[in-house]
Amino acid sequence: MAEALLRVENLVTTFNTAEGKLSAVRGVSFSLQKGETLCIVGESGCGKSITSLSIMGLLPSNGEISSGAIYFEGTDLTKLSKEELRRIRGNKISMIFQEPMTALNPVFTIGYQIREPLMLHQKLSKREAHERGIELLKQVGIPFPEKRMKQYPHELSGGMRQRVMIAMALACRPSLLIADEPTTALDVTIQAQILDLINELKEKLNMGVIMITHDMGVVAEMADRVMVMYAGEKVEEGDVASIFANPRHPYTKGLLKSVPNVDDEQYELEPIPGTLPNLNEKLEGCRFHPRCPFATEKCRAQSPPEFKVKEGHYVRCWLEKGVDIDEPAAAATS
Amino acid sequence: MAGLIVRRFFQLILLLIGISFLVFTSMYIAPGDPAAIIAGPTATKSDIDAIREDLGLNDPFLVQYVRYISGVLHGDLGYSYQTKQPVWEAIMTRFPNTLNLAIASIMVAVIIGVVAGIISAIRQNSWLDVSSTVFALAGISIPNFWLGTVLILIFAVNLQILPVGGLDHPFYTVEGMKQLILPAITLGTGSAAMIARMSRSSMLEVIRADFIRTARAKGLKERTVIWVHALRNAMIPVITVIGLNFGFLLGGTIITEQVFAINGVGRLMVQAIAARDFPMVQGSVLLVATLFVLVNLIVDIIYVFIDPRISYD
Repeated sequence: MAEALLRVENLVTTFNTAEGKLSAVRGVSFSLQKGETLCIVGESGCGKSITSLSIMGLLPSNGEISSGAIYFEGTDLTKLSKEELRRIRGNKISMIFQEPMTALNPVFTIGYQIREPLMLHQKLSKREAHERGIELLKQVGIPFPEKRMKQYPHELSGGMRQRVMIAMALACRPSLLIADEPTTALDVTIQAQILDLINELKEKLNMGVIMITHDMGVVAEMADRVMVMYAGEKVEEGDVASIFANPRHPYTKGLLKSVPNVDDEQYELEPIPGTLPNLNEKLEGCRFHPRCPFATEKCRAQSPPEFKVKEGHYVRCWLEKGVDIDEPAAAATS
Repeated sequence: MAGLIVRRFFQLILLLIGISFLVFTSMYIAPGDPAAIIAGPTATKSDIDAIREDLGLNDPFLVQYVRYISGVLHGDLGYSYQTKQPVWEAIMTRFPNTLNLAIASIMVAVIIGVVAGIISAIRQNSWLDVSSTVFALAGISIPNFWLGTVLILIFAVNLQILPVGGLDHPFYTVEGMKQLILPAITLGTGSAAMIARMSRSSMLEVIRADFIRTARAKGLKERTVIWVHALRNAMIPVITVIGLNFGFLLGGTIITEQVFAINGVGRLMVQAIAARDFPMVQGSVLLVATLFVLVNLIVDIIYVFIDPRISYD
């Protein structure tokens, strides 16, 4: 098998806070191939965004990668200097964010902001960058691109701004695009357009895409594979069909049940009871057990390892092997 | 933009009429008779009465005020009671000194204030931040007369590298610049402190903004992120503070002008008040008010160029 585009191994990201060192990401591993879309799902605060910021090297100043490795095209990003990482950012790896309304600098024109990565990474002249910028805006479906280049962000709608963000992120034809809830702040009709656009550009550029979302509808639309995160850990991973058809982890089942179903009138939403544990909470055993309707003594005492459901589908839950089994045969992690 | 300027112009006229009325009233009811001061200690009552009649001080208050204000509207600020010199001329011989000093001080203030503010924001809680905070606190607390005197003692008296005072050389000559250094530092320190505090808090807010994360995600150099993307946004509230400070400096600074023996508008005003020289006081106050309004108008216009979201149309 060819070298994966991105391979994250045992990533642990911690924050230094007044309450001590807190782990926001606890030993997460996954990989991504070229042209593949991986959706990372989970509630707000489960470590999805921190995982992506760790890859980008954009953690807040009190955060750091304490262990693990992030191989991108064979290079371990955690070993690179700040300067080397900066050259990759916006060039080979790009990111788009949740809030298109505030993600563009209000005091510079769209043209200025879209020219920046082109002039910086591809060493284009201002004129070449301008021409390329117009092409990029056209590519993301922005009408009158010449006019838009001269406008300021506040003159554009949220959907248009997100298109500009995408154009900017794709300016240097990155091989990896990280999209952190790119449609959460947009109208439903615009959401679908933006998702289609990302899909279309992914095909065109043969990019790997990591899509962070808490919307299972987005997952169904976009994902090749799905990784479910809970409280800083990966709890389930698999291809999209088997996650939807055969979810194994109670948390994944819960997420799927909290999606409204318009076809079934009898269908009632089932919210997952409780909330995410605090980062500083000391939890023995499985981190989901306080909210899990099936939790047993074993779940409270011992953290579950990763079990293989089938090729490419893994889950971290004792239920998978029957809780009465003492030691799993394929104990791998933790 | 043109609309803004026209609107401000009419506001300025109303404001000046209001200010002139207030100043006129306060001079009218203040104790002390200008005629007696002009006539001197040995004058007889009839001498004083003659002067009063001559200056029109016996007319009713409103008559005096209307006479004055109609003169002002025709561009005539009147004549000094004391020196008989036209008020406009007297102010204009002093004003260049005040202007030079104000510009030099605001330059000192902006350079020190903005740089200190930004460095302490991007190195929040470092020793640089702490020392800049201490500097700002000291800068606001230290009175000008003390700072000015100490600077004179050190640089003019002991080290003898800068002149003690005066401002009689043009600012573009070496002597002129040397004369400006100490008063500009004395005056600029307080403003620098205010600008530093404002820049710091504004910058701290901006560097947490989403668009700064976007700028970093694009792979921009940290230098560019701070000095291009963050600075321009952070400067918006700072410009207001700079404008206000510059307005105050243009009004003449009585104490610093006194300490450094600079013949500026501030000193002129103090002397005029002491001598009950009504036209001179009125004229200087009107000038200061006009400049203050103009500086604020310029600040409002600068906003449009810094922040494209602001528009006055």
